[in-house]
Amino acid sequence: MPAITFNLNGRSQSVNVPNDMPLLWVLRDTLGMTGTKFGCGMALCGACTVHVNGTPIRSCSTTAASVAGKNVTTIEGLGGAHSVQKAWMEMDVPQCGYCQSGQIMTAAALVQKTAKPSDADIDEAMRGNLCRCGTYPSIRKAIHRAAQLQQGGRA
Amino acid sequence: MKLDTTRRGFLQTSAGAAASLVLGFHLGGGEADAQTANAELNAFISISPDNMVTLQIHKSEMGQGVVTSISQILADEADIDWNRIKTEFPGVKPVYGTPMMGTYGSLTIRTSWAPLRKTAAQAREMLVQAAATRWGVPVSQVRTENSNVINTATNARLTYGAIAADAAKLAVPANPTLKTAAQFKLIGTSPKRMDTQMKTTGTATFGMDYRAPGMLYAAIERCPVFEGKVKTFDATKAKAIAGVKEVFSIGHGVAVVAENTWVALQAKKALVITWDEGPRAGNSTPGLRAAWAALANTPGQSVQNTGNVDTALASAAKKIEAVYEAPYLSHAPMEPLNATVLVTDTKCDVWVGTQIQTVAMQAAAMATGFKEDQISIHTLYLGGGFGRRGGEDYVHEAVEVAKHMKGTPVKTVWSREDDLQHDTYRPASYTKFSAGLDADGYPVAIHAKVVSPPFGQPGVQTEGIRDMKYAIPNFRCEQHSPDVGIPVSYWRSVGYSQNTFFMESFLDELAAATNKDPLEYRRKLLANQPRMLAVLNLAAEKAGWGTPLPAGRFRGIAVVSNIGSFNAQVAEVSVTGGKVKVHKVVCAVDCGIVVNPAIVAQQIESGIVYGLGPALKHGITLDKGRVVNTNFNSYDPTRIDETPVIEVHVVPSTQAPGGTGEASTPTTPPAVLNAVYAATKKRIRVLPALQKDLA
Ligand code: FES
Ligand code: FES
Repeated sequence: MPAITFNLNGRSQSVNVPNDMPLLWVLRDTLGMTGTKFGCGMALCGACTVHVNGTPIRSCSTTAASVAGKNVTTIEGLGGAHSVQKAWMEMDVPQCGYCQSGQIMTAAALVQKTAKPSDADIDEAMRGNLCRCGTYPSIRKAIHRAAQLQQGGRA
Repeated sequence: MKLDTTRRGFLQTSAGAAASLVLGFHLGGGEADAQTANAELNAFISISPDNMVTLQIHKSEMGQGVVTSISQILADEADIDWNRIKTEFPGVKPVYGTPMMGTYGSLTIRTSWAPLRKTAAQAREMLVQAAATRWGVPVSQVRTENSNVINTATNARLTYGAIAADAAKLAVPANPTLKTAAQFKLIGTSPKRMDTQMKTTGTATFGMDYRAPGMLYAAIERCPVFEGKVKTFDATKAKAIAGVKEVFSIGHGVAVVAENTWVALQAKKALVITWDEGPRAGNSTPGLRAAWAALANTPGQSVQNTGNVDTALASAAKKIEAVYEAPYLSHAPMEPLNATVLVTDTKCDVWVGTQIQTVAMQAAAMATGFKEDQISIHTLYLGGGFGRRGGEDYVHEAVEVAKHMKGTPVKTVWSREDDLQHDTYRPASYTKFSAGLDADGYPVAIHAKVVSPPFGQPGVQTEGIRDMKYAIPNFRCEQHSPDVGIPVSYWRSVGYSQNTFFMESFLDELAAATNKDPLEYRRKLLANQPRMLAVLNLAAEKAGWGTPLPAGRFRGIAVVSNIGSFNAQVAEVSVTGGKVKVHKVVCAVDCGIVVNPAIVAQQIESGIVYGLGPALKHGITLDKGRVVNTNFNSYDPTRIDETPVIEVHVVPSTQAPGGTGEASTPTTPPAVLNAVYAATKKRIRVLPALQKDLA
C-alpha cells in the first residue's frame, strides 16, 4: 500500500491505508482523532463532517485517496477559540454532544462563506446535520452569535 | 496531552484520565497513587490538599446535564467553590443506587435531590467540626464559604483541602442541617454546563471514542428476524478482507473481529449466512394491525374501572368512537451502540455509555460466568440514551465477543442499520375509545381498550390513559398484551409517548363534536387539578390562545402529567398541500423546584423536537419479520428546518422536584395534530401523519 499524504490541521500527514478506506475511519481508528463522529456511514446525518480545502464534507463517504494532497480540517484543528466554538460555549449548545463536532464544522463553513447568515441560510446549510437531542434552537442562536463575533461584534 | 490546571481542563481530561487510571492500576502502573492524596468524605465528595474537590457523578450524562446539576446540588449544600470542582463517573456500588445504579425515568433530580443534599450537608458539617477542633472553638464559631472554613471571631481561614484529611476521620453526622431555599447560591441558577467545553472541542470521551492499547474492533451481523439464529455461515469472503482477525458465531449472529471499524463493517457485509428464522418470520405491520384490531373487539384485562361505564354509555346523549394507532419506534440515539470489553481469566472490564450500570454489570457477569465483583463497569459519556442504553443486549453481546478474544480489548460497534433493525422498540399500540357525552357535550363515560405488547413494569402500556386527570365519572381502561416477539422497551416518556397522543386527540374530538373550544373543554374537566390547570392556562396565555393568527395558521393544545411534572403545549401550524409546518410551540411546565433553569429549558426543548418526529415523520415498519427501515433515509428524525420556534415557560414552584427529560415529549404530537385538525378538519388517528395522509 503506497502511503496517502494530506495536510491535516496544518500538518503533513501520511497514512498507509487502502485507497477506499473512508476518511472518517482513517481519522478515528488509524490516527486516533476521535473528535469526528460516526453516526450513519451514509452521508445522512452530518456527524462526521470535516473540511476538505475549506468545504464541509461527510468524511464517512469520502475515501482516503480522494483527499491526497488536500487540506483536511477536523474539530481538533478548529483550535477551540473559533468564533463558532466561542458562540457554542456562550450558548451552552451541546446536550449529549455527539453530533456537535459535525454541527460546528458545518456552521464554521457557513459563517466563513456567509458573513451574516439568515435563518433560511442556516436551515439550508444545517439541515444535513441531525441532532437527536434537538439542540437546533440553540444552534440557530449560536450561529447568529458566531457571525457577530466573527465581525468583531461586541462580546 | 497537555495538562491544563483550570477547571475546564480538569473536566476535559477527567473521563480519559479516569479510564487510564483504572487501566494503569490494572497494569500495575503508578498513576493510581495520585488519587490516594484525596481525602474521601463520603462516596460523593473527596478533597485533595490543593483544595480541588472531586465529585462522583453517579448518574449517566446523556445530554440531560446531570454532571452540572448534580454538582450544583452537592456544591451548594457543601459550600464548595464552583470553580474548583472536577467530576468522575464511579463504578457500581450500592451507595450509587439500589436496586439499580442507573439513569432512567427522569428520576435523577427527583430521587437524588434529598440524599445528595444530605450527603453534602454531612460533608460540610464534618469540615466545620474538623476546623472547630483545630482552632479549639465551638462549631457555632465556624462558617463555610467557597471551599473555605472561616473562624467568625478571628476571620482566620483554612481551605477545605487543608482540613479534609481531619474531617474524613470524623463520624458522619446523622442529621445534618440543610440549607433553606433562601440560602441556596447555586441551586436555582444556571451556571454554564460543565461538559460544554469538551463537547465543543471534540474532546469528550464517548463510549465510541474509548481506546485501549491493542484494541480490536468487532461488528455483528444479526439474524434479521427477531428470535432467529445462525444455521450455517461461510466466512470465506469476509476473511479475505485484509485486517480481519476472527469470524465466529454468537448464536443470534455472526461476529467479525478486525483491526479497525471499517474493516469490521465491510467484512460483516461480506458474510454469507443461512438463518434459522424461528417463529417470528410472519410478523408484518399490516398483519399486526389487523390482529390487534380483532383483539380490541374482545374484552381485555381491566386496569382502571370507575363508576359504571356500560350503563353510562348506554344512556349517554351522544356516543363517539375512535381508533388510534401508533407504530413501533426506534430510539436512534446519535451515537450508535458500542461497548469496549477486556476479558481475562479472572476479570472483565467494560467501557461503555450505559444508562444502567447494574444491568451492564449483570449482563457481563452472565456472559462471562464471573461473579459481579469480577466485573468493572467504566461509564463514559453517552451520545444519547432515550431509554435505549438501559438495555443489556449490547453489553452482553460485546462481552461474548471479547470472551472469545480473551486478553485482547475489543470494541463492538453497531452500524446505524444495526441500531434501527435491532432496537428494543417503543411498542406499537392499537387503542379503541368509546365516549358517552351528556346533553351539554361533556363526557359522562369513556371506555378505552389498549392493545400493545407487554414490557417493563406493570401499567406502562396504559399510562397516559388509565391515569388521565380529567373528571369523568365513569371510566374504564382495559388492556390486551400480545407478545409478538418484537423486542420492546422504554422509549423517552414510555407509555405516555403514544397514550397522551391518543387521549389528548380523542378529547379534542369530543370538544369538536360539540363545537366547544378545546381549551375551555379541558379547563372544565380539570377544575379540580390545580397544577394541570396552571400549566394549561399558562401555555394558553403565553400562546395568545383565542387571539387572531396570520392567515392559514392554526393552534392546537394538549396537556399531561407524567414523571412528577405537568406539561402543556400550544402548537401553531399551517398545512399546505398536506405538508405540515410547525411554526411555534409554546410550552408551560411545572416540574417543582428547579435546580438549573437553563437545563430544564434545554430538556423541554429537546423533548419537543424528539416528539415531532413520531408525530410527522417516522415509524418502524415490519415485513416478513424484519424491520424495513435501514438508515436515516427511511427513519428520518426532525431536522433544523422542521424545528419550530420553541418557548418554554416554567411555573415557579416550591414542590418537590419533578422530572424534565421526558416531560415534554408526550404533549407535542397531540398539540401539533390538534392544530392540524383545526387547520384541515382532518383528524389524524394513525401516526405518523405523513404528507399523503393530509393532501
Ligand atoms: S456518519 Fe457521515 S453523514 Fe452520518
Ligand atoms: S447534542 Fe445529542 S445528538 Fe446533538
